[in-house]
Amino acid sequence: MNKYTKIIKGFVLLSAILTFSVLFLLIGYILVKGIPHIDPSLFALEYNTENLSLFPAIITTLMMTFLALIISCPIGVFTGFYLVEYAKTGNKFVEIIRLTTETLSGIPSIVYGLFGLLFFVTALGWSFSLMAGAFTLSIMILPLIIRATEEALIAVPNTLREASFGLGAGKLRTIFRIVLPSAIPGILAGIILSIGRIVGETAALIYTAGSVPKIPENLFSSGRTLAIHMYVLSSEGLFTDKAYATAVILLVVVIGINALSSYMAKRFTKENVNG
Amino acid sequence: MKKNFLEKFMEIIFFISASASIISVVLICVFMFAGGIPAIKEIGLFDFLLGKKWSPSNVPPSFGILPMILGSIYVTFGAILIGLPIGVLTAVFLSKFCPRKIYRYLKPAVNLMAGIPSIVYGFFGMVVLVPFISNVFGGNGNSILTASILLGIMILPTIIGLSESAIRSVPKSYYEGAIALGASHETAVMFAVLPAAKSGIFASIVLGIGRAIGETMAVVMVAGNQARMPNGILRGIRTLTANIVMEMGYAADLHREALIATGMILFIFILFINGVFSILKRRMN
Repeated sequence: MNKYTKIIKGFVLLSAILTFSVLFLLIGYILVKGIPHIDPSLFALEYNTENLSLFPAIITTLMMTFLALIISCPIGVFTGFYLVEYAKTGNKFVEIIRLTTETLSGIPSIVYGLFGLLFFVTALGWSFSLMAGAFTLSIMILPLIIRATEEALIAVPNTLREASFGLGAGKLRTIFRIVLPSAIPGILAGIILSIGRIVGETAALIYTAGSVPKIPENLFSSGRTLAIHMYVLSSEGLFTDKAYATAVILLVVVIGINALSSYMAKRFTKENVNG
Repeated sequence: MKKNFLEKFMEIIFFISASASIISVVLICVFMFAGGIPAIKEIGLFDFLLGKKWSPSNVPPSFGILPMILGSIYVTFGAILIGLPIGVLTAVFLSKFCPRKIYRYLKPAVNLMAGIPSIVYGFFGMVVLVPFISNVFGGNGNSILTASILLGIMILPTIIGLSESAIRSVPKSYYEGAIALGASHETAVMFAVLPAAKSGIFASIVLGIGRAIGETMAVVMVAGNQARMPNGILRGIRTLTANIVMEMGYAADLHREALIATGMILFIFILFINGVFSILKRRMN
């Protein structure tokens, strides 16, 4: 018996150490190798083949994130309202929505990319553009936002709603004035996570937003985000230094976003960190 | 009267928003199938799925995606082989062995692992794993083995997350019963609690398979991408996803349609995996 105990403990510890050391190795390696390559010329306003500036990619990433969120957030949050506040339990329509959201969250980004290419780029004739990329991404992050909203709304105690109704407020007023404010941190945590998805996305954007290394002039011009920039650099194989530097910036953004999201989530469920 | 109108109006807006995800899924299905089926008709289902040769620029061209189907299956299998034991045991650690103080830092670390973009994983694989495999096992390092290891790492957060919540939801009485019968903490966890969590762990495998088979960028950067039948784990391979990303940029006509059909096959795989996953999840509840 004692023999088993030791072996089990050994394997469990070993696995945990392996998992977390891979994470630390990855982050450490990229930071150590990449930070020395970050220099001011990387942030030059114009991209050319000499400086390979990140600046246009950063601006494009910001624009892409903003656009995708502005499309997806209202739809996702309103879906959450419908599912939690309006739909009756056992409703067939609700089940179909659940099923399709689950399906959406399982579809790999390359399939989104192909769909975006077929639908937004070709069928709607938007060509490679910010719009095509943003619409593709907004479908991709929809399930994340819906789920975050749903969970946040469900966590709001019913007594709040009842009190509001009791004071004579209508349903709409109750949702926007009473329920939404207390659910905001939870919803924000989901939105922040989806920013992470957008910033890191490559496969869904290559054939929808394209990879022109300039700041897009309007919504229907092509532009490359940071992640695509990094893919282009590393697949050409000549600019590994610059790819390292881009990886550092991506990693820092993602770590920041994750920290912010879990801070919001923690504020939302103060009492129980261990849940 | 006016207020009532607004209430009704917004309810309809919410309803329309809720239909967005249904519309999206329908649109995706329609476009993927409408884009893929013509190519399969032209090439022939049998030649397309079981053809061993992919050479779109030959005259006459051949469009067999069996090498890519096998490639996807091999690296996915490899990823599960590596990621499953490590992931489940890490989940056991997090839920049953880890002191609360450390857990506060490790849980966000797992979430961070899930948040790191696949392009960064791929780059890490390219600059660290590929040379490592090449030095240790020979060859040029771009291989099934490298891709499997990298994917195994990438599916860890999926497996850890689902397994951990499955282990946590096992009733305490299982553990207490085992302890009362004289088992140690370790044996109680491994032989009483873990088997009771098996449906959740199985669901995590299914979701992990879905992640691995759909992963694109990371695989493209370490797998070598040769479109030929796999021969040996130290040789390069091309997956379904890689096939699309590598050639879509310049493909035209039938070649382009064949790539879309490749995407369709991948999509069918994913729909099947999703179906299995949601059945498992319903059974768990």
